[in-house]
Amino acid sequence: MGKAITEKILSDHSEQKDFKPGDIIDVKVDFLLTNDISGPVAVQEFEKMGDGELFDNNRVAIVLDHFTPNKDVVSANVSKTMRDFAKSKGITHFYDAGYGIEHVILPQDGMVKSGDLVIGGDSHTTTYGALGAFSTGVGSTDVAGIMALGTTWLRVPEQMKFVLKGKPDKWINGKDIIVYIISKIGTDGALGKSMEITGDGVKYFDMDSRFTICNMGIEAGALNCIFNFDEITEIYEKNAGVSNYKIYKSDEDAEYDYVMEINLEELQPMVAAPHMPSNGRPVTELSDVNIDQVVIGSCTNGRIGDLRTAAQVVKGKKVSPNVRALLIPGSREVYLMALREGLIEIFTESGFTVCSPSCGPCFGGHLGILGRGERCVSTTNRNFVGRMGDKSSEVYLASPAVAAATAITGKITSPTEVA
Amino acid sequence: MIFKGRTFTFGDNIDTDVIIPTKYLVTNSPDELKAHCMEGIDTEFARDVCGNDIIVAGENFGCGSSREHAVLAISGCGVRLIIAKSFARIFFRNCLNRGIYPLEFKHTDQIDRGNIIFVDTDRGILKNETKNEEYEIPKFDAFITELIELGGIIPYARKQLNIR
Repeated sequence: MGKAITEKILSDHSEQKDFKPGDIIDVKVDFLLTNDISGPVAVQEFEKMGDGELFDNNRVAIVLDHFTPNKDVVSANVSKTMRDFAKSKGITHFYDAGYGIEHVILPQDGMVKSGDLVIGGDSHTTTYGALGAFSTGVGSTDVAGIMALGTTWLRVPEQMKFVLKGKPDKWINGKDIIVYIISKIGTDGALGKSMEITGDGVKYFDMDSRFTICNMGIEAGALNCIFNFDEITEIYEKNAGVSNYKIYKSDEDAEYDYVMEINLEELQPMVAAPHMPSNGRPVTELSDVNIDQVVIGSCTNGRIGDLRTAAQVVKGKKVSPNVRALLIPGSREVYLMALREGLIEIFTESGFTVCSPSCGPCFGGHLGILGRGERCVSTTNRNFVGRMGDKSSEVYLASPAVAAATAITGKITSPTEVA
Repeated sequence: MIFKGRTFTFGDNIDTDVIIPTKYLVTNSPDELKAHCMEGIDTEFARDVCGNDIIVAGENFGCGSSREHAVLAISGCGVRLIIAKSFARIFFRNCLNRGIYPLEFKHTDQIDRGNIIFVDTDRGILKNETKNEEYEIPKFDAFITELIELGGIIPYARKQLNIR
């Protein structure tokens, strides 16, 4: 019997070879990530282990991206804790305010690569599965444990396969795929399991769209979400200057506990209505909903491909007077590319406010918090109650194209209607 | 391990944003966090909860953000046992590391708010003393049991690294 890509990567990172779903295995961690939310608690726990050497100071990244540039004194002190820790431990991959969002910069700079096993103190660490890597999130104390040991435990996941078939419409983004999938299987549809995205249709999705899909695998409860390595991955790794990666692909006779086929020809842009990422509906079903704010950015959809698509929609048009439109490039590198390509000018002329790279309002941090009863269309990943501000505010999750079209009209709009 | 307490019941998909809203994530102190525990869904919980009380919920408890602050807030309230049909996986791990026992139990619909529940994990039984009902509960495998007994991954790592 063949093996799925996730099983192969886990097997190569564990001394336990003969495992089955549900078993607990110890795995070697290639790269560890933490930030200004999970980091301070991790540091506190790490220090309970004495003078504590890190397992490898070149394989731990600290990214200050959530409350940065610091919104108040408390968050400034949190950043300082992490900055001091990075310095005292000689952490080479330390990234301060404005450099970018963790899940954008780690693959962009080649810190994580195909075939790696990556753990992060952030639930959206599932993002790097797009590279054909195993990656997943944990809490702060687990981060501290890995800082010391360089290993962690995992429950071996059951395998789920999502087969993309046919050719999608030009406006279809990875966001539409993952919101569609979660609308079918629910927020616990992949609880603790592995989601593998495969099929002939994957060739229509660039790496930026694949990062989006894997990023939101956690919204179905998945342990990890992964693509097989292909030509698109290879080109991305080459451009990121990575050469020492490892290629993994599922065997054709690998076995799966669940298989879903998705016909891309029929897929419409999807919007997840409040208050669950699983409330996905075709954009046309929500076209009467008026919107107060639009956010384009985040670890889900803040990459250059996302900005290019959104710019294509807004070019030469004005943001609705009823909408505050925010653009938050996912990293300084993305910002610079957008600047050089003239996208920042397009967004600014149309009435968008361009903010510095960070997680922004996605999780209710800063830069666009919602007031009573306000509604936002956002390219982010969660629309839980109060996620972006007041408990009575509402978040609709959508692709950059839908968010851009919505900014122009002031109500939830398909890009085909304005572009 | 033995637990006995009064229950607070919740539904499915209780996410960590409602357990502890983002604006409070700038502190790590369980004592400060507890005042806002469950604020996103039940503004009276933090006021009414006492030590030994038990949280009972449906599917996918603790989904969403990996924030350990959610578990810290709950432990700050004195809660040591959460009974749910299923747990989000990161939240489950965080519980093990913070001295909260995450008990998977499919019949949480049979438990009402305010019921007195007795749990003996070694004997594998759950008793609803209010309703005079008794159920069998699953036991964890050897590794998870060891992790719980040690008190989480930090004592485990200390043991691995021979730190006393």
